[in-house]
Amino acid sequence: MRVQFKSSYDDDINLFQDNRHRIQYGILILLAIAAPFVLPEYFVGELTQIAIWSLAGLGLMLLVGHTGQVSLGHAAFMAIGAFANIALMARGWPFIPALIASAVITGVAGAVLARPLLRMTGIYLAIATLALSVIIEDIAIIAEPVTGGVSGVLAPIIELFGYEIDRYGTPTAFYYLCLGVLLLVTLMYANLLRSPSGRAFLAVRDSEVSARALGVNVANTKTLAFTLSCAITGLAGALYAHMVQVVNYESFLILISITLLLQVVIGGLGAMHGAFLGAIVVVLLPQVIATLRDLVNAHTPIALGNYPGMDMAAFALIILVMVIYEPRGLYGVWLKVRTWFQLFPLYRKGMFRRSRTYLKTERMR
Amino acid sequence: MSLLQVENLSIAFGGVKAVDGVSFNVEAGEVFTIVGPNGAGKSTIFNLISRLYEPSGGRILLDGQDITRLPAHKIAPLGIARTFQNIELFDHSTVLQNLLMGRHVRRKTLWVEDLLFLPRVRRAEREHRRHVEEVIDFLDLAAYRDKLIAGLPYGVRKVVEIARALSSGPRLILLDEPASGLSVEETKDMAWWIEDMQKDLGLTILMVEHDMSLVSRVSDRVLAVAEGKPLALGTSAEVQADPRVIEAYLGAEETA
Ligand SMILES: Nc1ncnc2c1ncn2[C@@H]1O[C@H](COP(=O)(O)OP(=O)(O)OP(=O)(O)O)[C@@H](O)[C@H]1O
Ligand SMILES: [Mg+2]
Repeated sequence: MRVQFKSSYDDDINLFQDNRHRIQYGILILLAIAAPFVLPEYFVGELTQIAIWSLAGLGLMLLVGHTGQVSLGHAAFMAIGAFANIALMARGWPFIPALIASAVITGVAGAVLARPLLRMTGIYLAIATLALSVIIEDIAIIAEPVTGGVSGVLAPIIELFGYEIDRYGTPTAFYYLCLGVLLLVTLMYANLLRSPSGRAFLAVRDSEVSARALGVNVANTKTLAFTLSCAITGLAGALYAHMVQVVNYESFLILISITLLLQVVIGGLGAMHGAFLGAIVVVLLPQVIATLRDLVNAHTPIALGNYPGMDMAAFALIILVMVIYEPRGLYGVWLKVRTWFQLFPLYRKGMFRRSRTYLKTERMR
Repeated sequence: MSLLQVENLSIAFGGVKAVDGVSFNVEAGEVFTIVGPNGAGKSTIFNLISRLYEPSGGRILLDGQDITRLPAHKIAPLGIARTFQNIELFDHSTVLQNLLMGRHVRRKTLWVEDLLFLPRVRRAEREHRRHVEEVIDFLDLAAYRDKLIAGLPYGVRKVVEIARALSSGPRLILLDEPASGLSVEETKDMAWWIEDMQKDLGLTILMVEHDMSLVSRVSDRVLAVAEGKPLALGTSAEVQADPRVIEAYLGAEETA
């Protein structure tokens, strides 16, 4: 068992608690950088997808996992980021300013929508944000000058420091681009969580009454969370556009909003790690399911391929099991495994049993 | 001038007049306790002062300043902190994080600075931490500093909630039944801390409490309320001897 000795307040303020922590994450980043050199090209594409969905997941995690506001409409903000980025580049903006601008535009859109939306809570908020997902399809068709109408728009080639980056021509460069953006956003997200702004988000999530009594302006805090969440998601949308290369009204269907929400739930709400773990599942699970299906088809008389929707059903089943047995998601599983090893052989059964939590309404007075 | 003046405060929920024309003054530096049977409207008075509820009539003044129409989040910056009867901590955070959340009114940095974690933010964080550590020492919470709230015993949570309120550096602290659910030992500790808050920290304390031994021990003045109306005001002994108060408690027992 490892006991951490703290010698100054900075041990708690720093991004990493100790050197061991620092080395672990350093190795992880080095592995991410080295991956394209050791893995076949196919996996570079997968890793790029994981990076982009991690980014989108971080956006939603900030809102759902850390501020406690649900959204079933985040595909709409990916769409705004995607269309904004392409429209600006088509009008001659260089890539980096266009990328930043698309984050800002999506953030502003989020800020405008936040006030009316966040007056609602729970299921009503879910329905209202779901409506956003529906509306964005129509807007994508109507706003033809920006979105290219029904046929959509083509993502221009990215020019960066004299290099041309494109997903098929230079997959590794595109991967590094996505990884770079992801790391930058992750750093800022972590900064937020270790400072007053992030604590205000958590306060609003866990007890709005207490937050207000402590002087937190709940409406402003929710608006800020929504704005930042949308900005990050917009960034992910812009990168996504360059990955799929053509975006139209069908690129950001409700299914994406739902998948994104499932991603953060499976990964583990309330922890940044959850966004990453969830992204790995969302990107790789369909492949795993397809492989299993082929195996079953080849070695048994059951032709699973004849039943459409099997992938989705398997996906849904896994989520169901997850939500029932491990509400803290994959990150929760990871914490348990880690604790088990750290404490071996002292681990007790029931150590992670959750204490009874009360519905907010039960505790008001 | 009194620190807190409550004038003719009223609120009704549907037909129930939960608070009905309550007036009292809390002087700077005193421990002022509100007692009364269950459902008398004590917590509602607190919620009105915290501006969580909208009064239907009356005024609340802090240092002569009318705070009756301020939004709830503007109350804490004026130096009023509180605890809740049923403990409203941030369950998924550690004790330390909870206390740091109590520092919200003292935040000095904008969210953009936080995002970049500028040196200013780090300096402010150290400062917050130093204040929080003082509170941890004061209430003897060092053993629980890095523990999650969700796993703490009830008695400790009560203390943590007081610690969170103290972290904001208030002038006036509202304690809603600080000793409810505590063991005899814990109640004794609570009495010590209330006395220390008054004497060492120079705080003004407005408290709701049922435990009459605690009330008698720490209170300078006591107000009894029943069915939303004030009954008697005076020292603990005076109020307990008041026939209207005795009748109110007996009446409440009969209907209960
Ligand atoms: N939000 C609310 N909505 C409706 N009724 C309420 C609300 N808050 C309080 N009441 C009612 O107001 C009355 C006073 O409640 P309050 O919680 O202030 O009592 P109390 O004196 O704190 O009692 P206790 O000693 O049990 O804590 C009760 O009849 C209660 O049902
Ligand atoms: Mg009460």
